[in-house]
Amino acid sequence: MSQVSSPISTLQRVLAEGTFAVTGECGPPRGADPDVVNGKIEHLKGFVDAVNVTDNQTAIVRMSSIAASAHLLNKGLEPVMQMVTRDRNRIALQSDIMGAYSLGIRNILCLSGDHQTFGSQPDAMNVFDIDSIHLIRTVRDMRDEGKDMSGHDLTCPPRMFIGAAANPFADPFEYRVIRLAKKIDAGVDFIQTQCIYNMDRFKEWMKLAREEGLTEKVYILAGVTPLKSAGMANYMATKVAGMDIPEPVLKRIAGVPKDKASKEGIAMCVETIAELREMEGVHGVHIMAIEWEEKVGEIVKAAGLLPRPEQS
Amino acid sequence: MIVGEQKTIAEIKELVAPFKKVLILGCGTCVKTCFAGGEDEVATLTSALRLAFKKDGKEIQIEELTVERQCEDEFIQEATEAIARNEVVLSLACGAGVQDIAKRFEKVPVLPGVNTTFIGILEKHGLFTEECVGCGDCKLALFASVCPIARCSKRLLNGPCGGSKEGRCEVDPAIDCAWQLIIDRLKTLGQLENLRTYVQPKDWRSSNAGGPRKLVREDHIL
Repeated sequence: MSQVSSPISTLQRVLAEGTFAVTGECGPPRGADPDVVNGKIEHLKGFVDAVNVTDNQTAIVRMSSIAASAHLLNKGLEPVMQMVTRDRNRIALQSDIMGAYSLGIRNILCLSGDHQTFGSQPDAMNVFDIDSIHLIRTVRDMRDEGKDMSGHDLTCPPRMFIGAAANPFADPFEYRVIRLAKKIDAGVDFIQTQCIYNMDRFKEWMKLAREEGLTEKVYILAGVTPLKSAGMANYMATKVAGMDIPEPVLKRIAGVPKDKASKEGIAMCVETIAELREMEGVHGVHIMAIEWEEKVGEIVKAAGLLPRPEQS
Repeated sequence: MIVGEQKTIAEIKELVAPFKKVLILGCGTCVKTCFAGGEDEVATLTSALRLAFKKDGKEIQIEELTVERQCEDEFIQEATEAIARNEVVLSLACGAGVQDIAKRFEKVPVLPGVNTTFIGILEKHGLFTEECVGCGDCKLALFASVCPIARCSKRLLNGPCGGSKEGRCEVDPAIDCAWQLIIDRLKTLGQLENLRTYVQPKDWRSSNAGGPRKLVREDHIL
């Protein structure tokens, strides 16, 4: 995690320089129109260092993350290509990593993916040939050893800045830091966490991570999602897997008039970012403004995180 | 055991409707234990089918027979005469039994009356649970004897995903999180450190991903 002489990506450079990084998120459309992606890019450009492009998130069929990432590149915005092991076996995953690199994609987020039963086609077969930790190691070995999973030497190995997710709010809690350590051992460079609403629990997780020396080995980008309304907060609290929204947070957003709720949600998000910035071992923030990309600029500005460093 | 569940009467009725003489052939081993295809289920199904066809004003002749196992020739032979007397066999065995009957009697249509579901156990009365997928390369020693391939919805080998909550799987709260079970048992056994071990990607060649499997036991070949 020391200074990197030739950073792979803007995101790596920003983090290595010690700047508090900002990443955003872009969900590709349920269709083939590049203008939908381009529209989201306009909302995000200049406000974030890189943008996660989701891979059929919530198991709903969408434009591929590779193609949408290529649209970002065309518009001068750096993608973090998400890749899940749910839909592709190891052959397809490695092939797509090489293909993505050939298109100019330099950041990858390795995930297992939401289970297909949550999505629009629950009758689909899943793959799960390998898990997310295997995927991290695969990308690392491609980059650092120049070999694919079979040990075959690659001509022009893909060099990716490797990310993974962590959910400090899932159970069993005492295992969550061990899992983070396993991901670091497998070769992860940065972590983006689940959305943080339960600050006490996140602090506890960070404390355990620091005690294990993990924050010295990996960049941690804390996840935040602005709440649009009390209805959205309740939905996330009760229906979205792996989410932890404590009662006081739900009460606060429900306590303001409906037409003021989104403003309150943004204020809460900005306050959370301020708290995260002060936390030892947090290297940046990952803003997941789901179908609300137009508010990212406002949040980043209010959080005092502008201007962003130049893109590489 | 192999756990199975009898198909609905409506589906079975549709399957046998084109025939006039049907042998309902039970299997006295696994599917008997899980109340899907033993002699009691053969009798109940026979009555239900007779009644259903009678209501439609349709004549159908149904014969009942249960053999010990439909996956061994020795027992299948006991059904030879009954099969010869009928136009079709409705087998209440697992998928292996159905196919073995078809292999031995190539001119007789053999229909499945049971959906074969999994290799599992009788957890308690009325509850069967899946425990094994028959991957051909048992790694239970790594996981405190709880199989993540059979019991984790994402087949994760290196710990629980972010959807484990209070011991439940995100896919369905009725499903135990296999990784919670693994961790609990490692704790009990004082082997929690095992969790830090990186488990290699699975070599699926021993599973049916490598194509249909055969087991040859030279020492048993006569």
